[in-house]
Amino acid sequence: MKTPTVNAAAPFTRRFAGWPHAVGIYLLCAGGACFMLLPFAWLARSSLMGINQIFRFPPEWIPDPVQWQNFPDALTTVPFLLYLKNTLFILLPSVAGTVATSALAAFGFSRLRWRGRDLTFNVLLATLMLPYAITLIPTFLLWARLGLTNTAWPLVLPRWFGGGAFYIFLLRQFFRTIPREQDEAATLDGANPLEILWHVIVPQSKPALVAVAIFSALNAWNDFLGPLIYLNDSSKFTLALGLAEFTGLYSSQWHLLMAATILVVLPVVALFFMTQRYLIQGLTLTGKQR
Amino acid sequence: MFGEQVMRVSQPATAASIPRNRHRRREAWWGMACVAPAVIGFLLWQLGPIAGSLFLAFTDWSIAGTPHWVGLQNFHRMFTADDLFYKSLSVTGIYTLASVPLSMGAAFFLALLLNRKMPGLTLFRTIFFLPSVIPVIAGSVVWLWLFNPDFGLLNALLGSLGVPKLQWIYDESTVLPSLILMNLWGIGPMMVIFLAGLQGIPRELYEAAAIDGGRTIHKLWHITIPLMTPTILFNLILSIIDTLQVFTQPYVMTQGGPNNASLLYVLYLYRKAFQELQMGYASALAWVLFVIVALVSFLVLRSSRRWVHYGGGEV
Repeated sequence: MKTPTVNAAAPFTRRFAGWPHAVGIYLLCAGGACFMLLPFAWLARSSLMGINQIFRFPPEWIPDPVQWQNFPDALTTVPFLLYLKNTLFILLPSVAGTVATSALAAFGFSRLRWRGRDLTFNVLLATLMLPYAITLIPTFLLWARLGLTNTAWPLVLPRWFGGGAFYIFLLRQFFRTIPREQDEAATLDGANPLEILWHVIVPQSKPALVAVAIFSALNAWNDFLGPLIYLNDSSKFTLALGLAEFTGLYSSQWHLLMAATILVVLPVVALFFMTQRYLIQGLTLTGKQR
Repeated sequence: MFGEQVMRVSQPATAASIPRNRHRRREAWWGMACVAPAVIGFLLWQLGPIAGSLFLAFTDWSIAGTPHWVGLQNFHRMFTADDLFYKSLSVTGIYTLASVPLSMGAAFFLALLLNRKMPGLTLFRTIFFLPSVIPVIAGSVVWLWLFNPDFGLLNALLGSLGVPKLQWIYDESTVLPSLILMNLWGIGPMMVIFLAGLQGIPRELYEAAAIDGGRTIHKLWHITIPLMTPTILFNLILSIIDTLQVFTQPYVMTQGGPNNASLLYVLYLYRKAFQELQMGYASALAWVLFVIVALVSFLVLRSSRRWVHYGGGEV
């Protein structure tokens, strides 16, 4: 039998192979990190350069002089503060609606028993695989017929109706990890389901609810196609749409364009660094399907 | 909290069967009430529009006026007289066939790298995830500048390697590879989902393999990949569907050019619907995409019976 020999040798080989192995892992990670971070570095350096330095080849990395003026210039070339206000005007009610109604639905799909529940859930879940292109045109025509294009309604109201199957799925996965006995105990205490949701489930599900809130906030902030289709008046534009407009209008003013891009990216990056734990936990939850 | 009360009350509650029945019905009502907004949303913004789009696909509606029933004319025109339709199909097909395996492979590789207990790896996870949280439009603008043939970083890097400049997104032959490269930048979420799957593989399986003298490649092929097949299937389907519908990047960066070499399907559909206002024809285009997505998903799911292993260890 070979097994004992291999077993005895294992600690040796492991110690031996350990160092080069670890160095290799870190090197590969560093390579990946370079690919992921270089565009950010390029963005940052370009946003701080003057028009002369930015058009040098081969490119220079250190802005000299540092041109902070690009930021106020970008802010005045395009009304970014107005776009920020418009974006938040859509984002805040969207997030509130998504969290409230997806939590409600996830609760109904995971903690209450009723006939047809799992079938209904599976039908909703199947919409994750539905191409958005198929619903795009009739939905637009519906809003147009109601005279509500060029308002925030088409971008906000659907969020108050479940918010999207992904969020319901994520929360349902989380709710199912809470012991059912707690609901039963509360029921016997005379609590109705809404009270159970509020007093039993919600306090224990904060990480998942926060994940849903952040995902939906990112979606609203980043959404491009929705505002592109529904908002035609530039006084109603969101940041994403404003940035696209800027790109079309000032396509050779790379220093201003990069400064504007930084202004759109920075809040998202800050939010991500503050909350990435929840985002990654949330995605992990959906990764453990079945 | 409520625990002690259960003990005291649970006995009589189970004894009385009629209130229990009523309780069941009440629970059912509450359940349906809770999911009602989501179900109404589904009817209003998913099912309704699907039906609407099916109807529109057989009309010549151009937003103004009333829709006229034209039968199969839209589809007939699409398949016999629309070169751009075929062009966008082939562009989208090539893009998807190249981009999906590449992104999945890269995401899986990064997840394998990060799936170990070594200091600093969570920092790398953060870095790999970061690009996927910024707006696609912002990423597109940054990459537009990276791809710039005269002053962009990518040509500078090529130059330092002694490679001649490329035209990147400004040349018919390199535009799709450029967009595919850029797409690799956003693999963070897929990587995290792979990582979640990897962490669900029971450690004992690897220990058993180590005793048998299994090499790393051996373990990867015989333990990791088979146990990861459900996660691979999940990522595969969602990433095919996403990739078939890429819109913002070509819209902002190339407008489908040069010479329609990056005319991805949804971009073409958008043009027909919202620039040429041919709502009927665009709906027909949408239905063709819907059928393609359904067919591809069906084939992948069908084939998965042969290569996806369920029921390993954890669920």
